Amino acid sequence: MSDHPRLSLHVPEPEFRPGAKPDFSGVTIPRAGTVRRPPVDTAPEEIRDLAYSIIRVLNRAGEAVGPWADQLSDEALQAGLKTMMKVRAYDTRMQMAQRQGKTSFYMQCTGEEAIACAFQMALEPGDMNFPTYRQQGLLIASGYPLVDMMCQIYSNSRDPMKGRQLPVMYSSKAHGFFSISGNLGTQYPQAVGWAMASAIKGDTCIAAGWIGDGSTAESDFHSALVFASTYKAPVVLNIVNNQWAISTFQGIARGGSGTFAARGHGFGIPALRVDGNDYLAVYAVARWAIERARRNLGPTLIEYVTYRAAAHSTSDDPAAYRPKEESEAWPLGDPVERLKNHLIVKKLWSEERHTQAVAEVEAEVIAAQKEAESYGTLHTGPKASGRDMFVDVFKEMPPHLRRQRQEAGY
Amino acid sequence: MPTMTMIEAIRDAHDVMMARDDNVVVFGEDVGYFGGVFRCTRGLQQKYGRARCFDTPINESGIVGTAIGMAAYGLRPCIEIQFADYMYPAYDQLVSEAARLRHRSANDFAAPVTVRMPTGGGIFGAQTHSQSPEALFTHVCGLKTVVPSNPYDAKGLLISAIECDDPVIFLEPKRLYNGPFDGHHDRPVVPWAKHPLSEVPEGHYSVPLGVASIRRPGTALTVLAYGTMVYVAEAAAAESGIDAEIIDLRTLLPLDTDTIAASVEKTRRCVIVHEATRTSGFGAELSATVQEMCFYHLEAPIIRVTGWDTPYPHAQEWAYFPGPQRVGEAFRRVMEA
Repeated sequence: MSDHPRLSLHVPEPEFRPGAKPDFSGVTIPRAGTVRRPPVDTAPEEIRDLAYSIIRVLNRAGEAVGPWADQLSDEALQAGLKTMMKVRAYDTRMQMAQRQGKTSFYMQCTGEEAIACAFQMALEPGDMNFPTYRQQGLLIASGYPLVDMMCQIYSNSRDPMKGRQLPVMYSSKAHGFFSISGNLGTQYPQAVGWAMASAIKGDTCIAAGWIGDGSTAESDFHSALVFASTYKAPVVLNIVNNQWAISTFQGIARGGSGTFAARGHGFGIPALRVDGNDYLAVYAVARWAIERARRNLGPTLIEYVTYRAAAHSTSDDPAAYRPKEESEAWPLGDPVERLKNHLIVKKLWSEERHTQAVAEVEAEVIAAQKEAESYGTLHTGPKASGRDMFVDVFKEMPPHLRRQRQEAGY
Repeated sequence: MPTMTMIEAIRDAHDVMMARDDNVVVFGEDVGYFGGVFRCTRGLQQKYGRARCFDTPINESGIVGTAIGMAAYGLRPCIEIQFADYMYPAYDQLVSEAARLRHRSANDFAAPVTVRMPTGGGIFGAQTHSQSPEALFTHVCGLKTVVPSNPYDAKGLLISAIECDDPVIFLEPKRLYNGPFDGHHDRPVVPWAKHPLSEVPEGHYSVPLGVASIRRPGTALTVLAYGTMVYVAEAAAAESGIDAEIIDLRTLLPLDTDTIAASVEKTRRCVIVHEATRTSGFGAELSATVQEMCFYHLEAPIIRVTGWDTPYPHAQEWAYFPGPQRVGEAFRRVMEA
């Protein structure tokens, strides 16, 4: 036997498991307005501190404060609130539809609405998102029809994906929303490639890649950062850190590094960390990074600190791995409530108006749902044809597929 | 007409397509300034600039992943994986992404990417520079898989691949880069200039994907082969005196089943030859296809001659390689049955 002490394996554990009382008082959250706002052409090595802080605009009183504030008009703020409310109402209805057996699967983004909704407002037509499955806010904020989204969820006769894809795997080139893959992280280098293509062609469009905290552990995350760094691709690389990868807490993917944003430093990519539940902060940071990309200054890595308030998906029960109270205890609050309070403070909104808006949004979503269901749901009514399964495997159907289609009776 | 090696023909196909179409971009490990470790992209960066032909980090998943993003934008990337053996880190991007994109997005996006990679052994490359992974691609719906065996086909097929609107895996038998090779490793290397298929037209022409070529008409048996094995089969026919009809498949998917069936119905015997390992190799698919289409014409069991189910060895390379002697023995067995 060796004289050395015996080794032991370190396996990180979250602080709170079911039954424990979550307490985030030890988490350092900078006060709103205290993090500086550097010029977009600042050298990455001069803003390393921003990867370890949290950029915040909305304070507890609902005021927008500090150097990242005052970027949005009153109308844009009201529209932003309504978009987030619409996303939440859409999620609620589709979650319910799944529970009613109208589809097989659904994924909500409860608590994370501000990130996709505000980011989309900072993009321009022609830009391209490479999203994950939890960025439905991008589509809704871009004005994509709710009915079409629902038809995809139902895999019905009007499903734009022709019944081929798992619910929530939308695609819309016209709305700058790249086809979603169920294989995690693959879209990250693709976003970089799209951005490189825009640069190769001397275009003015930029790309945005999206990934979750858990999937940053995939090698494709590394691939994307290497290529983005090498070719200074005009891309914004977004990490949505919602604390939980199904049942696995973010510490398993993050390991010993202080933050996910700090992963950018090894690549010389400027990295920002932002309060993901603060619509104004998300918008301001998105604009900063998008301007950098647009000015050919290269990529930016952004970590949005947020919390997945709902289950991972309809197939998941978070009560099995985290305390039920954790969501309430989460210190960054609810994005819809926070923007609503800000609008009330600015006298652009009121409780009465909010109640009315909730009803309006719900009516809009219910009307869309009714229409979508008239085109069928997964198990009832008209649905995508079996013939469609053989189409689009290739641009033109080769003989062996034509034979198989005949064999299948289509 | 000029004669070219496989390398020159492949380089020329790039040149023709880059000149014709601004959307064609070429990249991979060492392909830019240096022109590739096998020199298939030599001079392209100097001619078309660094934005259209460039070196990449050693990251195959990144090479294929960025190419998919570029294709989604509207470019037509033709990328090199330095050896087919290095492809595995990119397999998820090929299988889950490039191959599926058109279908999963209902034709909203597509990935017209050509992925070139040197394949096969015979150069003392041992197990990490000698593999023939074609069956890993033919098994994936949404990919086309091409294996040229000579300079004329290499240029024409590569042009077709780049022009194809779907992803194409383009496997270049590296033992053929500098000359046809019949498996007699102990004999002097024959240069391409002495082979008729090294005559390569200048400018644009194409060899269609999905069409096989009968390289040696014959009546006694049908050989299904591709890449290096076409020459091994030719040597086996010459040395055995058996009048084999040798089909160079050229494209493995889509497979030219009409040419295969017509030949087997005529000869009534079939030998399948490939360098890849046997179990679940592409030969199994060929054998099943011939059985399904031609069972009542067959007078003998179908025989496969392949690499052994072992890693590709270094010192034992020629014991692994299915050379003319093994192929000739299979010819005799199928004739005696």
